[in-house]
Amino acid sequence: MTTTLDQPNAKLARRASRQLSLFAPDLVKPAIGRAFVMLRPDILWKNPVMFVVEVGTALSILYTAYKVIDPNSTLASLGYLIALDVWLFLTVLFANFAEALAEARGKAQADSLRKTRQDSTAWRLRLVDTTNIPPGTLATWTKEPRQFIDEVPSSRLKTGDLVIVEAGQVIPADGEIVEGIASVDESAITGESAPVVREGGGDRSGVTGGTRVLSDAILVRITAAAGQSFLDRMIALVEGASRQRTPNEIALSLVLSAFTLIFLIVVVALWPMAANAEDYMKGYVGVETLKSLGTDIPTLVALLVCLIPTTIGALLAAIGIAGMDRALRANLIAKSGKAVEVAGDIDTLLLDKTGTITLGNRRATRFVPLDNLAATEVGLLAALSSAADETPEGKSIVELHRRSPDAAPALPPPGSKFVGFTAQTRMSGVDLPDGRVIRKGAADAVVKYVKAQNGTIPATTDDQVNAFASQGMTPLLIAEGNAIVGLVVLEDVLKPGIKDRFDRLRKMGIRTVMVTGDNPLTAKSIAAQAGVDDYIAEATPEAKLAYIRKEQYGGRLVAMMGDGTNDAPALAQADLGVAMNSGTQAAKEAGNMVDLDSDPTKLIEVVEIGKQLLMTRGALTTFSVANDLAKYFAIVPALFAGTLPWLKSIDVMNLTSPTSAILSAVIFNAIIIPLLIPISLKGVTYRPVGADALLRRNLLVWGLGGVIVPFVGIKVIDLMLTAVGLA
Amino acid sequence: MWLLPILIVGTTVLLSVPIGRYLAGIIDGKYQAPAFLRWFERRLDTGPQNWKQYAASLVIFNTVMFLFGYLVLALQPSLPLNQRDAAFPDGKGMLSPTTIFNTVTSFLTNTNLQHYSGEQHLSYFSQLLFVLWNMFTSAAVGFCALAAVIRGLRGDPHMGNYYVDMWRVVVYVFVPFSVITGILLIAAGMPMTLEPSAEVQTLQPGTQVIARGPVAAILPIKHLGTNGGGFFGANSAHPFENPTAWTNVLECVSILIFPFSLIIMFGRMLNQMRHAVVIYAVMMVMFVGMIGWAVYHDTGKPNPGLLAQPERTVKIVGAEAKVTAPLAALPVDQSGLGNLEGKELRFGPSAGATFAAVTTAVTCGSVNCMHDSLNPLAGLTPLVGMQLNCVFGGKGVGLVNMLIYLVVAVFLAGLMVGRTPEYLGKKIEAREMKLAMLALLVHPILVLGPVGLFAALDWGKAATNNPGAHGFSEILYEFSSASANNGSGFEGLGDTHGFNDPTKNLSAPATYAAHWDLATGLVMLVSRFLPIIAPLALAASLARKKNTPFTTGTMRTDTITFGFVLLGTVMLVGALLFLPSLCLGPVAEHFGPMPFGR
Repeated sequence: MTTTLDQPNAKLARRASRQLSLFAPDLVKPAIGRAFVMLRPDILWKNPVMFVVEVGTALSILYTAYKVIDPNSTLASLGYLIALDVWLFLTVLFANFAEALAEARGKAQADSLRKTRQDSTAWRLRLVDTTNIPPGTLATWTKEPRQFIDEVPSSRLKTGDLVIVEAGQVIPADGEIVEGIASVDESAITGESAPVVREGGGDRSGVTGGTRVLSDAILVRITAAAGQSFLDRMIALVEGASRQRTPNEIALSLVLSAFTLIFLIVVVALWPMAANAEDYMKGYVGVETLKSLGTDIPTLVALLVCLIPTTIGALLAAIGIAGMDRALRANLIAKSGKAVEVAGDIDTLLLDKTGTITLGNRRATRFVPLDNLAATEVGLLAALSSAADETPEGKSIVELHRRSPDAAPALPPPGSKFVGFTAQTRMSGVDLPDGRVIRKGAADAVVKYVKAQNGTIPATTDDQVNAFASQGMTPLLIAEGNAIVGLVVLEDVLKPGIKDRFDRLRKMGIRTVMVTGDNPLTAKSIAAQAGVDDYIAEATPEAKLAYIRKEQYGGRLVAMMGDGTNDAPALAQADLGVAMNSGTQAAKEAGNMVDLDSDPTKLIEVVEIGKQLLMTRGALTTFSVANDLAKYFAIVPALFAGTLPWLKSIDVMNLTSPTSAILSAVIFNAIIIPLLIPISLKGVTYRPVGADALLRRNLLVWGLGGVIVPFVGIKVIDLMLTAVGLA
Repeated sequence: MWLLPILIVGTTVLLSVPIGRYLAGIIDGKYQAPAFLRWFERRLDTGPQNWKQYAASLVIFNTVMFLFGYLVLALQPSLPLNQRDAAFPDGKGMLSPTTIFNTVTSFLTNTNLQHYSGEQHLSYFSQLLFVLWNMFTSAAVGFCALAAVIRGLRGDPHMGNYYVDMWRVVVYVFVPFSVITGILLIAAGMPMTLEPSAEVQTLQPGTQVIARGPVAAILPIKHLGTNGGGFFGANSAHPFENPTAWTNVLECVSILIFPFSLIIMFGRMLNQMRHAVVIYAVMMVMFVGMIGWAVYHDTGKPNPGLLAQPERTVKIVGAEAKVTAPLAALPVDQSGLGNLEGKELRFGPSAGATFAAVTTAVTCGSVNCMHDSLNPLAGLTPLVGMQLNCVFGGKGVGLVNMLIYLVVAVFLAGLMVGRTPEYLGKKIEAREMKLAMLALLVHPILVLGPVGLFAALDWGKAATNNPGAHGFSEILYEFSSASANNGSGFEGLGDTHGFNDPTKNLSAPATYAAHWDLATGLVMLVSRFLPIIAPLALAASLARKKNTPFTTGTMRTDTITFGFVLLGTVMLVGALLFLPSLCLGPVAEHFGPMPFGR
């Protein structure tokens, strides 16, 4: 008997599996160990909030020790002091654990990537001059005896070395094909099993170390020595080793430090104020000494720790690492954490038409007779003329004809002579053995061709051509002999669902711009169909660069994706330049992210990852600060229970005893950190609903929730403490 | 009970719209003054200034004013117009040096915390040349700072010219408004004379010395400039400073008018009226809450000191239970009038509580009732007003303070929509946050730090007139007032030294007067200028940034949602900063046993 999961159950199961992997034992164990290592003050110093907690904990432990020596030093019981110490210590530990776990996850990711980095043997050419490679070098060297090639471990390759990689070999390091063409299995890094073709000289010349050549041989110039490739840099970034704090993270840390300072003042000033209350109450009730928790140092430390933004202080680093980690999961290699952060701010997205907005190439969609022929006859002629046309457009014409129900097979008889497309004639076609001459081509070229032969041009030709062209289609005219018989309409086919994605982007506040080599008329029509906000027609690299500059001048942040060397300036100019992994080295150097999948729609994902990163920071900061209100209501009456017992009236939670109130607040403050680790690692869900709706939602959840949750949490912990008799 | 506050707030709101527009025109130089005034204005114009030059001019100007003020007060005995009367046949002597320092600082910083009594300690020359002059200029300083900040937010290439701004604010705004208000006050019976105190025969056989002077010259700007320093020690409770119920309304309106109008001016200068309205509304919600709270707890509730008190047991760990003796109610009918202790009845029952809320929200600091006689919970209103210091606030600086809260709110809320936070199209980054947090830190440090110090030492403990929580409130109030540049007093604090020659004083100098003089003086100085200079730098930093265009992904600052964000930020941050100290003061007093004496 088979069981099939229904939809919600399947979703739950998926979620459960994700949860499991979040706290997988092989991640948690090293993270716990690391959490203890990070207690070292010289490491913790970098996190001012948690450093204050650590110093406070030390102070509290000292006072606890003093209590053992002199039991009359404070009225707080030893058990209470020890419990405080433990929970303060746990607060620091939880914070360290959060960061360590994020790092461990990053490391796990990095390790799986590093597996592609196994040392392999490289065939290095023994050349004196490696900069000037004449054509044909590959052919020469593959014939040469092997003694002219050094077999070196890939780890010893240097930038600029030339290596030969043959079928079956692993490419030893990142490089660029100098010569040759090969099919390469890149599944090790992209997870995509279909092999890709890489060849020298064009925009698909980049090869990645760790991928495997499946056929042929290539001559590769190493562009990144071992340990310095993008992947290596990314590994270092996610591992946290070379993690630099991003601008927004710095600003936020500053705010957190300032809040810490403010609360330090509040708490420090509270000591003399409490002493003042003790002093006058002494006189009022007529005793010699009067002590309240308000002047008990460990208790004041507990208050300070509860007030300073420990929640966000503990999770801030983890959020940043998790952002990088999410990018890596999407097969994006960010060169810095800043790149991920900038992604959230993008205002304008430059998208290539082909491959992003439309499915690859144009396809023939219909045959239109201009003469008195039937559409199928036009189709036959068009198909005959394209029989030898290997371009995707040519193939789609044959394909369209074959699919029409009553089509005669378009098999050119033997002896047909094919005329290829040239830039001069802008036509192609076939001369059949029976003397018929069939040509297809751009409208103006065919009209010129027919006129030159004194042929007739049907009156409706111009109208038809313009009608199709104005809809963004490409009409090709078909001529037989000196007569125009009809036209083939080539159309761009939009990717399914692309309009919805653009709607989503618009709601996110992002302008989409389509970049295409098409003429303005075609571009305009496709832009309208796809729902992009603007387009750059007849785009040249200069036009792209100019457009980016124009947008940036208006204060917008621009993202684009590119692969070719001529994209490099634009990639460098853009605020977020994502280079395709299949692209040239120049493009990869110029961008600030590399997409291992070379998927043009990845830009949209990048933006969401960036937004999620910032949102998670904002949400948890708000939550952290909002939490403080409840802690006041728990702690302030407790502090003065020994002097101003009537302040119990403001204890809205009605907690059992002063010590249980303070302990409950400290415990809540500590355990909220591990409870929020999943959210900080997975990120707050981003919804493209517009800023105002998003703000309202997050305010309700994190702001109002942040005010209410601790009231409930502290009360529950107090009840539990009471139940087990610790209150 | 509610009619008076509604009348005051309603009138001011209506007036604030046209006046706000007028102010925007003045600051932007659109107003065409008479030729001779323009001639003066041109002489003052030292050219466009960047924020550093603007701040430097402001500091230089204030330094000169400080020296001038110190000289005037120190030379008081030898300067003219030193009126001689029965109480002081030799005229007024020199005040103690610490009191002079405190007084000069106090008037320089628009605080007007008075550790002296006007009719006892100051000559008419000091009142006119020192007090009056400072009231005009120090009020204009905050105004100018706001103007410069707005120019920065607007992205102007420079922050304007400090001296020109001063001229425009004083001559085209304060002078005309003061003249009109002054005439109305004189008509209502306020004295305006250089004659010395009158000696009159009372109906009971005997003579009485009645202090008088050029009161109507000082009173208008005292309120319009949210200065608050009274001509007499009793301030606006004194019949010569506030003769009738109608002058009371006029004074309240003139306290509020510029702080209200400045928000309109802000919106108009930035061309962001909706945003300004959101800020206006947020401030108004807090303001109405403050008035409502004070009136409800003071006018709506009887004075607990006059009510019957049951026997109460105070049980404290480590001490024997203390049982307070029960008290019988005094035969006073408080129904409908509420707590009348320390109030001037000629203004109406809720006038005291309303005035207390008005004067502390906008850092004016004049009083028409004794704030320490407010019911304990009602006393929260003036404390909260000064501690938040952005519920309309002092002219200019109040809005500048609010902008600091706003930057913090924008930063947190902006992140929550998944973008680098932006305000008015400018990105808020580390430098801006550093400056904002610096400005935000000053006030709590300068309130809580000294309060802690004085509460723990005899400086504070021995200076308070009342024991327990009420005494603590006196200390808390004094520093809140000094740091907010408010200047009102809770009363009951021994902080007056008086003349340097102790024998000249009518009452003996307070023991710790010098400590209070110096501490509050320093607090006033720092909390005046840092929160002006830091926002100037912040605005200049924003001005240099590229303008980010508005998209649907941008967080809007002109929506109701943002209003809640701003309100929430102010309330939450304010509560977190001051809640413990408020619990020890008014809240503890409210819940504590009655009477709570030694």
